[in-house]
Amino acid sequence: MTSRPQLIFLLVTFLVLLLLPLAGSRYLVDLASQIMIFSLFALSLNVLAGHIGSISFGHAAFFAIGGYACAYLLTTAGWPLAASMAGAVVLTAVSALLIGLVCVRLNAIYFSMLTLAFSMLVWAVAVKWKAVTGGDDGFVGVTLPQFLTDPVGFFWFTLGVTSLSVAALWILSRSAMGRTFIAIRENPVRAGFLGLHVRRMQLVAFVIAGVFAGVAGCLLAIYVRGMYPQTAFWTQSGQVVIMVLLGGVHSFVGPILGATLLYLLEMTIHQYTEYWPIVLGIILMVIVLAAPEGIVGLFQRLRRRLRRPTTP
Amino acid sequence: MFSNPTVLFIQVMNSISLGMNLFIIAAGLTLMFGVLRIVNFAHGAFYMIGAYAAYSVIQATGDTNAGFFLGILGAAAIMGAAAFLVERLLARLYDKEHMLQLLFTFALVMIIKDLVKMIWGSGQYSIAAPPFLRGAIDLGVSHYPAYMLFLCLVGPVIAVVLWFFMERTRWGRIVRAARLDREMLGALGTDVKRVYSTVFIVGSMLAAVGGALAAPRSAVDPGMDSLVIIDAFVVVIIGGLGSLLGSFVGALALGLVTIFGSFFLQEWVIVAVYVMMVVVLMIRPWGLFGKPEQERH
Repeated sequence: MTSRPQLIFLLVTFLVLLLLPLAGSRYLVDLASQIMIFSLFALSLNVLAGHIGSISFGHAAFFAIGGYACAYLLTTAGWPLAASMAGAVVLTAVSALLIGLVCVRLNAIYFSMLTLAFSMLVWAVAVKWKAVTGGDDGFVGVTLPQFLTDPVGFFWFTLGVTSLSVAALWILSRSAMGRTFIAIRENPVRAGFLGLHVRRMQLVAFVIAGVFAGVAGCLLAIYVRGMYPQTAFWTQSGQVVIMVLLGGVHSFVGPILGATLLYLLEMTIHQYTEYWPIVLGIILMVIVLAAPEGIVGLFQRLRRRLRRPTTP
Repeated sequence: MFSNPTVLFIQVMNSISLGMNLFIIAAGLTLMFGVLRIVNFAHGAFYMIGAYAAYSVIQATGDTNAGFFLGILGAAAIMGAAAFLVERLLARLYDKEHMLQLLFTFALVMIIKDLVKMIWGSGQYSIAAPPFLRGAIDLGVSHYPAYMLFLCLVGPVIAVVLWFFMERTRWGRIVRAARLDREMLGALGTDVKRVYSTVFIVGSMLAAVGGALAAPRSAVDPGMDSLVIIDAFVVVIIGGLGSLLGSFVGALALGLVTIFGSFFLQEWVIVAVYVMMVVVLMIRPWGLFGKPEQERH
C-alpha cells in the first residue's frame, strides 16, 4: 500500500479523534482511549513482524514491563508523571536490549520461541515478585495526577502520547532505517551481502518495538490504574499478533485497523453472549482461511477486482 | 533432603512421573512440528479435551478398571475424530506463512476453550485412579503411589512404541521422508496429504491421552490447557524441535527441575523453568537433540 492513502487515513483518524469528545459520550471517549492503547501496542509489534520480518511471540513482555515500571514509579516511588513514563521507557529499552541481544541470534520459529520463553519469564517474575508487582492480585491503586483521573483528561493525554508515537513510527518507517528494515525482511542474506549489519539492525528494531510497547503499557497502567500479570502471559502476546495479522502486516496502518477491529469485535460479541471467544475464534478462522493478507490485503484485492473492468 | 534416601527417592519418582506425563503431550507436539512444520498452540486445548472426554466416558462406564481404560481410549477416539475435521481446514494453510498457521491454532484455542465451558461448565472435576492402581506399592526403598508409578512406566512404553514406528516400519520411513522432502515423496507416488493428516491426528491423540492420564493426578478444569501448552513448548524446545529423543530428555529435565527446584526456590521454581529454557536456547538454539537447519520455504 502506498504512502499517501495511509497518511490521509492517519490524519483523518487524528481529526476525528480530536472532535470525538464533542460528541459528549463518556463511553465513546473511553472506548477510543482503549483502542488507541492497543493500536499503539500492535504498531510497535509491527516494527518487528511487518517491517523487519521477525515475529515475536513474546511482545507482551515489554507491554507489561512498561506498565509495571510506570505503576511502580508513579505509586511506590512517588515520581511525577513525566519522570515515571520516562523511567518506564528507559527500563523497557534496557530490557529489550538485553533480551534482544539473545533473541536476534536466532531465526524464524526459533526467534519466536525464544521471545515466548522470555515473556513467560517476565510473567513468572510478575507473578512471584509480590513485593514489587503485587503478585497474582496485580499492582492495584496506581497514584495518578488529578487531570488523568477524568476520562476526558485521560483521553487527551492518550491521544497526545499515541499521536506522537505514531508520528515517530511513521517517520521511522519512511526513513532510510525503515527501508533497511524492509530490505532485511525481504532477503536477509542479500541485505548482508550489501554490507548491512543484519543482526544489529534486528536488534535496533527489537528495541524500538519494545520501547513503544512499553509506552502502550504505561498508558494501560494509567488507564486501569493498575497492572496485572496476565498482561505478560502468552495469550496477550498472541492477541497482539492477531491484531497485527488481522490488519495486515505489510502496511503501516494495518495493525491499527486490526487492533480496532479485534477490540470492537470483542466488545460487541461480549454484549450478546458470554461465549464471545468462540465467536471471535470462528471469525478469526474464517479470516485466516479466506483473507490471509488481513484487512488491508482484502481492501487491495477488492480494489483490484473493481478496477479490472475499466482497465482491461 | 539428600541425606534421606527415602525422600530423595520419592522426589526422583515424582520428577519422572511428571516428566513422563509431559513427554506424552510433547511427543505429539514435536511429531507435528517435525513433519507438518506447524507450531500447534491448540495442543494444550487438545490435552484438555482429552481430560474432559475421559471424565465423561468414565462417568458413563463406571469407576472400574475397564472404565478407566475405556476413558483413555474414548479420549483418544474423540480427539482423533475432532483432529480429522480440524486437519481438513488446516491443510489449506500448509503452504502458507507460519503466522497464518499460528493464527489458526490460536483461533482453535478460543473455540475449544468455550466449547469445553459450554459442554462441561466451568466447574472442576476429578477422576479417580482405576481401582487396581489405588494405594501404594512397596518399591524396597519406600512405598510409592501406584498410579504415579504407572505414569512412570507409560511414558517409556509410548516412547518405545513411537520409536519403533518411526524407525522400524514402512510408515515411519514415509513420515521421516515427509519431514525431509515432501515434494520428492509426492513425486515418488506417496499420498503426502494423507501422511500429514495421519501425523496430525496421531499427534492430537497423544495430547488427549496425556490429558486423560494427567486427570487423576490433577484437577480437570477449563484453565488446565494454558500452562501445560507452555510446559510442552519448553520440553519440545529444550529437546530440539522435531526430536522424539529430545522430547523424552527435555520432559525428564523439566520434571526434575520442577520437583527439585521447588525445594530450593519454593514458588520461584516457575522462574527457574523459564531460565532453563532460555539458557538452553542461548547455548544450543536448536535444542539439545535438534539439528541446526535452514528454514524451509
